[in-house]
Amino acid sequence: MTTSTTETAADRGARPAGDNRRKILEATMKRFQYQGDALIEVLHKAQELYGFLSPELLSDVAQRLRLPPSRVYGVATFYHFFSLAPQGEHTCTVCLGTACYVRGAALLLRELEELSGVKAGHTSADGRFSLLTARCLGACGLAPAAVVDGEVVGHADRSDLAARIQALLGRER
Amino acid sequence: MDLHELEAIAERELAQRPRLRILYCSATGCQASGALEVKRRLEGLLAETGRQVEIDVGAVGCLGLCGRGPIVRIEPSGATFEHVKPDDAGEIVAALDGHACHVARCDQDHPFFTRQLLIVRRHCGLINPDRIEDYIAVGGYRSLYHVIHEMTPAEVIQAITRSGLRGRGGAGYPTGLKWATVAKSPGERKFVICNADEGDPGAFMDRSILESDPHLVLEGMAIAAYAVGAEQGFIYVRGEYPLAIERLQKAIAQARRHGLLGAQIFESGFNFRVDIRVGAGAFVCGEETALIASIEGRRGQPRPRPPYPAESGLWGMPTLINNVETFANVTAIIENGPEWYSSIGTEKSKGTKIFALTGKIRNTGLIEVPMGITLREIVEEMGGGTPDGTPVKAVQTGGPSGGCIPASLFHTPVDYESLAAVGSIMGSGGMVVMDEHTNMVDVARFYMEFCKDESCGKCIPCRVGTVQLLNMLTKLRNRQAHASDLVKIEELCELMRETSLCGLGQSAPNPVLSTLHYFRHEYEELIGAEGDHGS
Repeated sequence: MTTSTTETAADRGARPAGDNRRKILEATMKRFQYQGDALIEVLHKAQELYGFLSPELLSDVAQRLRLPPSRVYGVATFYHFFSLAPQGEHTCTVCLGTACYVRGAALLLRELEELSGVKAGHTSADGRFSLLTARCLGACGLAPAAVVDGEVVGHADRSDLAARIQALLGRER
Repeated sequence: MDLHELEAIAERELAQRPRLRILYCSATGCQASGALEVKRRLEGLLAETGRQVEIDVGAVGCLGLCGRGPIVRIEPSGATFEHVKPDDAGEIVAALDGHACHVARCDQDHPFFTRQLLIVRRHCGLINPDRIEDYIAVGGYRSLYHVIHEMTPAEVIQAITRSGLRGRGGAGYPTGLKWATVAKSPGERKFVICNADEGDPGAFMDRSILESDPHLVLEGMAIAAYAVGAEQGFIYVRGEYPLAIERLQKAIAQARRHGLLGAQIFESGFNFRVDIRVGAGAFVCGEETALIASIEGRRGQPRPRPPYPAESGLWGMPTLINNVETFANVTAIIENGPEWYSSIGTEKSKGTKIFALTGKIRNTGLIEVPMGITLREIVEEMGGGTPDGTPVKAVQTGGPSGGCIPASLFHTPVDYESLAAVGSIMGSGGMVVMDEHTNMVDVARFYMEFCKDESCGKCIPCRVGTVQLLNMLTKLRNRQAHASDLVKIEELCELMRETSLCGLGQSAPNPVLSTLHYFRHEYEELIGAEGDHGS
């Protein structure tokens, strides 16, 4: 992720494809001159665009960067950040860092599991909600902390989080 | 860009700055507490009353007291308010005009503030991290100019060596020595890497520095690059820190535009470009050889050392890897001289260290303290003890690689050697306070689970050892263990320490061993009846 911002403009139109996301990904790979060293940067971009890394996407990246599929798969599975399965439309990530742990994050997580019926690290059957955990958000001053759809919630308590999750899921019903 | 232009930017910046200013903390902690809504209300109010030119509402970096955000400070009085709500906007403007204000104030005479010594964090809360002009106005990039035009690389390395600065990532390796090794290692290209993969749960100093004063780190890296002869730098930053990444990107772009990074910096022959690499969530990547593997686009697995990265690092080239806080110390040393720096701290640990004070503590936040301060001063005086007055039981330093220090040893001074002597480490700066309600076996189990998940799986002692230790600790927690299991735990800990490939495995037993050493009774209380005869 470097500072260049003109990559899409330069590449636009050069490579006809139906899906715009594919074009953006191609531009990212081009910016790194299709070097294998850029694999992690490329996977970051791919996940940002598609939400998760499907087997097709991984083999596509492998081909474009001229890397063995085993290496791409190996990297994608090594890092926690990459997800090989689609995530729910909405997510709640509970921080399980030390400061949050000391302030009761494990209990909070158990309560959310019960409340949502989704086990930590999993997605509800209807694909609407994922309950995730994080090692440390670096928001220890706000322990226990959680992230609901990208928004950090500090001093999180059960009722507050439950209300937020319900609001998210309820609004679209 | 030359020195004259730099001074002109600073002068222009100071001249156009309104006298009355409302500064709000825009770091992650305060944003999560609603700082941006407070800002919007303040701006709205000033616009309504036609005072938006007279009064400046500005974003600044972290003010330290993260547990009490959003934090707002007004200038010129310097009064600082905590837990500010959007509805307080009117009161804060009134305070600016010298009227009474009922918003809760931070007690800046509290030891939490008065005992701090700000070197790395000296600009935090004073400058807008998104504006290079703010950084230049407080003297930024003068050290880089001075170094390029008035010092040889060897003189720079000598200054860092004489300052006594040691690596702030945790191990405490002398920074000057590392720079000297990279400088003298032959290689067609050399690299400078800033390790911002702050993985220790409970530590957020580096995030705060990057979010509050990104140019300070960039300038430090550029000085290091000049000293060791590198032209390319990387900042490897955690993917979990989106705000820090955004601000770094902005800072790098600004510095390039001003000719402070890139080709021919300050119209000299010195070139240095910096790129960001975003981590993908692997604790082991804090280890330097794993971090290099990750920048090369591979699985973040460490390799045996030697050769050290200083001789053979990124793509086999001599590579300097320092932590964010280490680089952030560099400009102050150049500015004030190595003698000034080495006058702070203890005999072997110089300067200051930033700690993230968290857990069961009244004043949660970031503190920068001179080396040699005691744990008691930090926990009791600065931290104010536990929120509900329950006695403090221990403090954990160094995260999953560190240990728990009991309250009875709180007279221990904070320096690399003293903390190692009591079975912990300085670490990167996480300091988690635990009270009487915290079970130490649970804490040890918590860290072991962490290490088990984060073990890269390359070497057997760590891959298997962490699983076995976790199993035994779980058994203990479920009251199914025998006294002989304690012996097994200790033996396995020793084995892992001696035989693991990298720091992760070698130090993973530390939380277990330190809690076993100081809180053995908590382990013994969990042992089943027949275990009484075991040892």
